Amino acid sequence: MNADLRRERAAATFQPELLTHILDGGPDRTRRRKEIGGNVINDPDFQHEDLNFLSRSQRYEQAIRKSSLMVMKLREYGIADPEEIYWFKRTCLGSFPEPFGLHFSMFQKTLETQTTDAQKEKWLPLVRGVKIIGTYAQTEMGHGTHLRGLETTATYDPATQEFILNSPTVTSIKWWPGGLGKTSNHAIVLAQLYTQGQCKGLHAFIVPIRQLGTHEPLPGITVGDIGPKFGYDEMDNGYLKMDNFRIPRENMLMKYAQVEPDGTYVKPLSDKLTYGTMVFIRSLIVGDSAHSLSRACTIAIRYSAVRHQSELKPGEPEPQILDYQTQQYKLFPLLATAYAFHFVGAYIKDTYRRISGDINEGDLSELPELHALTAGLKAFTSWTANAGIEECRMACGGHGYSRCSGIPDIYVTFTPSCTYEGENTVMMLQTARFLVKSYTQVSSGQRVTGMVSYLNDLSRQRIQPQHVAARTVMLNDPVSLVEAYKARAAWLVEAAAKNLEAELNHRRSKEDAWNKTSVDLVQASEAHCHYVIVKLFAAKLAEVSNAAVRAVLTELCLLYALCGISKNTGDFLQAGILTDAQITQVKQRVKELLAAIRPNAVALVDSFDFHDSHLGSVLGRYDGNVYENMFEWAKKSPLNKTEVHESFHKHLKPMQAKL
Amino acid sequence: MALLETRKYLQGSALGGVNPDLASERQTPSFSVEKLTALLDGGEENTRIRRAVVEAIESDPVFSRENQYFQSQNEKYEAAVRKAVHLQKKMHEMGWTENGPEFKYIYRALSGEIAFLLHTIFMRSISVLGSDKQIAKWIPLAMQYQLIGSYAQTELGHGTYLQGLETTAVFDITTQEFILNTPQISAMKWWPGDMGRSATHTVVFAQLYVQGKCHGVHPFIVQIRSLQDHSLCPGITAGDIGPKMSFEHIDNGYLMLQNVRVPRENMLSKFCEVQPDGTYVRRGSQQMNYLTMTAVRVALISHEAVTPLMKACTIAIRYSVVRRQSKLKPGEEEAKILDFQTQQEKLLPHLAAAYAFHFISNYLQDLFNRGYEEIQRENFSMLPELHAFSSGFKAIVTQYCASAVEVCLWACGGHGYSLLSGLPSLCTRILASCIYEGENTILFLQTARFLIKCFMAASAGHPVPPSVTYLAAVKPGKCPAKNKFDFLSPDIYTQAYRHAAVRLISSTAAKLQVLIQSGVKKHDAWNECTVQLVQAVKAHCLYITVKNFAETVERLETKGGIQKIMKHLCDLFALHGIFSNSGVFLYDGHISGAQMDMVTASYLDLLAVIRKDAVPLVDAFDFTDKTLNSALGSYDGQVYQRLYEWARKSPTNTQTNPAYEKYLKPLLHKKLSKL
Repeated sequence: MNADLRRERAAATFQPELLTHILDGGPDRTRRRKEIGGNVINDPDFQHEDLNFLSRSQRYEQAIRKSSLMVMKLREYGIADPEEIYWFKRTCLGSFPEPFGLHFSMFQKTLETQTTDAQKEKWLPLVRGVKIIGTYAQTEMGHGTHLRGLETTATYDPATQEFILNSPTVTSIKWWPGGLGKTSNHAIVLAQLYTQGQCKGLHAFIVPIRQLGTHEPLPGITVGDIGPKFGYDEMDNGYLKMDNFRIPRENMLMKYAQVEPDGTYVKPLSDKLTYGTMVFIRSLIVGDSAHSLSRACTIAIRYSAVRHQSELKPGEPEPQILDYQTQQYKLFPLLATAYAFHFVGAYIKDTYRRISGDINEGDLSELPELHALTAGLKAFTSWTANAGIEECRMACGGHGYSRCSGIPDIYVTFTPSCTYEGENTVMMLQTARFLVKSYTQVSSGQRVTGMVSYLNDLSRQRIQPQHVAARTVMLNDPVSLVEAYKARAAWLVEAAAKNLEAELNHRRSKEDAWNKTSVDLVQASEAHCHYVIVKLFAAKLAEVSNAAVRAVLTELCLLYALCGISKNTGDFLQAGILTDAQITQVKQRVKELLAAIRPNAVALVDSFDFHDSHLGSVLGRYDGNVYENMFEWAKKSPLNKTEVHESFHKHLKPMQAKL
Repeated sequence: MALLETRKYLQGSALGGVNPDLASERQTPSFSVEKLTALLDGGEENTRIRRAVVEAIESDPVFSRENQYFQSQNEKYEAAVRKAVHLQKKMHEMGWTENGPEFKYIYRALSGEIAFLLHTIFMRSISVLGSDKQIAKWIPLAMQYQLIGSYAQTELGHGTYLQGLETTAVFDITTQEFILNTPQISAMKWWPGDMGRSATHTVVFAQLYVQGKCHGVHPFIVQIRSLQDHSLCPGITAGDIGPKMSFEHIDNGYLMLQNVRVPRENMLSKFCEVQPDGTYVRRGSQQMNYLTMTAVRVALISHEAVTPLMKACTIAIRYSVVRRQSKLKPGEEEAKILDFQTQQEKLLPHLAAAYAFHFISNYLQDLFNRGYEEIQRENFSMLPELHAFSSGFKAIVTQYCASAVEVCLWACGGHGYSLLSGLPSLCTRILASCIYEGENTILFLQTARFLIKCFMAASAGHPVPPSVTYLAAVKPGKCPAKNKFDFLSPDIYTQAYRHAAVRLISSTAAKLQVLIQSGVKKHDAWNECTVQLVQAVKAHCLYITVKNFAETVERLETKGGIQKIMKHLCDLFALHGIFSNSGVFLYDGHISGAQMDMVTASYLDLLAVIRKDAVPLVDAFDFTDKTLNSALGSYDGQVYQRLYEWARKSPTNTQTNPAYEKYLKPLLHKKLSKL
């Protein structure tokens, strides 16, 4: 092991395993996770060349190979629990997506939740046995977030008892669904349902797209890959165009809405039911934000402990770059953020699990708040993690830019989560809608509950909020900082709500007023999410029994909260929550915390417990032997396949001869 | 947009005429687009020359970038070499020369996708660091491409800190040669462009040892590949460093040297020389060295940061008036996404920034030209200021533009993520600019040293360079704005920026002093203050940017509506900066809470004003479709058709799918054991 890393690990003030247990949710789960990961790592079938050296087609092929293998191996090992499957796949895939991803998530899940018993009986065995491969085709070339704008049509023909599917325009071509281009032979297609001459809105249909046996597209189906992307090379995101393509009536998912043989439409009971899946998927993105940022932090922090550069003290050897304040200031707040997001992800997952029972019983009362909260947190965490991963890469200097650092892959794979499953700005505005609604309720004398209950205090605080708050914020107390964030959120929600009201008084339409206030509304949502995150982080501290671990987590929590203040000083100053003098103290305290965290930095990323093969980074290797392995890696580059590149004979030599 | 309408467009050019949603944006610009283009080019004559160069390059199929997004690393490299070779012929054919007015537009026309850029650096380093004799020997060979050069400075373990380089060059007096060695793995040269596959020669920076004494880092010309068959020379290990985020067309390389001998004459010896008897001689001022760095940094601000941001804005803004999403008013058709305030707030401030940085880049170029003239007259007094300026602005502009390009990418939603949008390649490429030619944090701190020094000098009443005299006249004062319209006065916002810069610089200087007086060692005190110092430098650079923008606007002609629209952009740039960093201005109460609300109100008003001219403002950048190479950003706005056509050309669609026969079929037919 590299001597610097060994020294770092010896100097830690806490045992990383204990923190790993907290992150995993208990020592048993850590043990099981490692066991499952070990299955993958020690299995020679899963070995392959570094994907960065392969063409896109080859990467896709490798991904299909792995996906197919995973189906088989999961059975072999008897792994069936969703969380355990997730661990297995995570180790196997590293940062890359799998072309079967949507088969198991959206395709199977939708069939499980939105079909009648008869449909379940027909389709689920085929899906679970991977006799068919499916995907979920919602987004169209011209339509994403605004679902009602989708143009694909499904027109019911009572004569043959079939639906006729059509893509009437270029903009209506299904575009982006993963696994659609080359892999799937079925898709769940979302289309506007027309029956008896009327449009009944969006419904889901099971559509076969490729011939079983030959895999050729069916007549009336045009399907293909949408071409190269920023990342997701292994995924065949696809397009799908349908021309008078007929499917039997039974292929409409009919658990809720139904079309009877004669074409009579039967309405669904509630449209809130589909929220459940969205909440679930978005909660996964919050977890993924934590996960991806943790990996980037692991790489950047280990490398910063190995890399030496310049001079801190005249005459002394070059110091580890992690000793520079500017480097600490880049990385430690991100490390704290990764921990914060991890606890938020766990909270949402638990809450979802708790109330999903209620949802199945038909009790939807807690769903709107959870839905609003996950929308905002999905946006907040993915934006922050996305920028954070980039900062980690930059903090690795030139070598971060090489694909061998692993961070480019983490980044390009993670960055679309700012857009998919709800574009982030739109998500923030959904949360804002809930906040404004809650504010309006409070203004009209009702009380609100849950994470927005601080709005109840607004009327009480109005006497003189500034001075009360300014005196009471204690910068060393996480609980007091939660109060400061709460005051900021309340202030911004109120400001946005009032601006909206003012706009409404000026203009005719509600939509216009909303649009004219949307910049404020996004800020209010961000402040609300920020408050929730600080609150959850602070609450987590009380659950930690080991004193050494609690001490280091408390430092991280303080750093997270104080950095948030120092990057948003305007809000805290303008709202009168903090004074100039306190802001100066915040900045000073941040620097002290950087120094306090410095000795534990490597141990704190070790606690994330990423195996090297999962981390996929030469810079972030556990043993820190960076330079030797960079050289080994580079030698495998495709440009090095021959010593003299063919372009010498083709271009260079003739040119030199001519000039 | 219905397919029927689409067919209607198909009557015009390849894909049809201009999308009506884009055409309507161009109906009533408030200014003359052509005049603005001329302003950006620095005169109508330049516009004419630029267009001619672009036309000549783009009409030549060898320079086509049509397949760019579908190529492998090997193919990209080969194409870059092919283009570089062909360019020599083209220049000869067109009568373009390296000193001619056309030269600077060639790179733009090629979008930088060309090999042998390091060959130029190789030549420049010889011209600057070599003796007359060395220049006479090497430059003609390089000009004739009898050799291909590279520039090997960075090592695997060492980047910014030159003194830390480990490669050694030991003088052997008996044979009159230098013996070059890579003593350990971290000393391997790593990253130099054109070195992995192309270069035959390179300038190697190594620690010079003469008679056991180390004289520090010096440059040596080393041949690495045979001029006959391109094989590696004895003692040389070299190759490509592997795939990167971008720059796949460049063969960034590694180089290991084992007892490689070069003649004494191969050490570049304008400033230092080892004489035959081993005597080490130093002569002249090395400050010229700084000048090269400064020149490179000033040039890259425009080429590698501002131009890509202009392209990204063009793509994102055109797409945002073609893309419709959700309804703003019930019953109406879905709205153009640029009509959403949140979309305006993502894109328009960055459009304003592209203009702001274009003008600051001009300002720096002028400053550099003046400095260069002075230096020719052996007057080096402007050098520290020039160096500080180019460092700080290189850092702030590349950092700002890199994140702005990313914002443009996200602002295009899912389609921005497709390579066919052109945005990912702009994004990954500009990200590198934050690191090369000086890592940004380190550059900020170099400028900080200059500012702190100037601040101390100014406080003590000593003279300081003109750009920092403002530090001497510290006026506490409050912002006098009474309503939101007052914030449209350049005096008011420039003053706010100046106030913030002075406050941050003076408070950091004070902090440093306090630490040093309390017994903390100087270097520890410096490290202790670096986070604040970086913030202070940014505030300084932004102040200069705003001030320069406002002064530029004042000088513009009022004809053609140019001055008016530029004034709006200047206001927007300045107010966006205050709005998004409100804490800096609220602190110490220069701007009050009530005034900050006025700033916000004015800022949001401006978004709506500039929204109307957004498309003409990007049209004025005058990028051809081939330059943009974007399915989303073309002039005609036929976004969806183009996206579909281009996707169908992807090899994943034109070639058979090997994964089906090999893996999918056995899986579906349950012959898993064969996998």
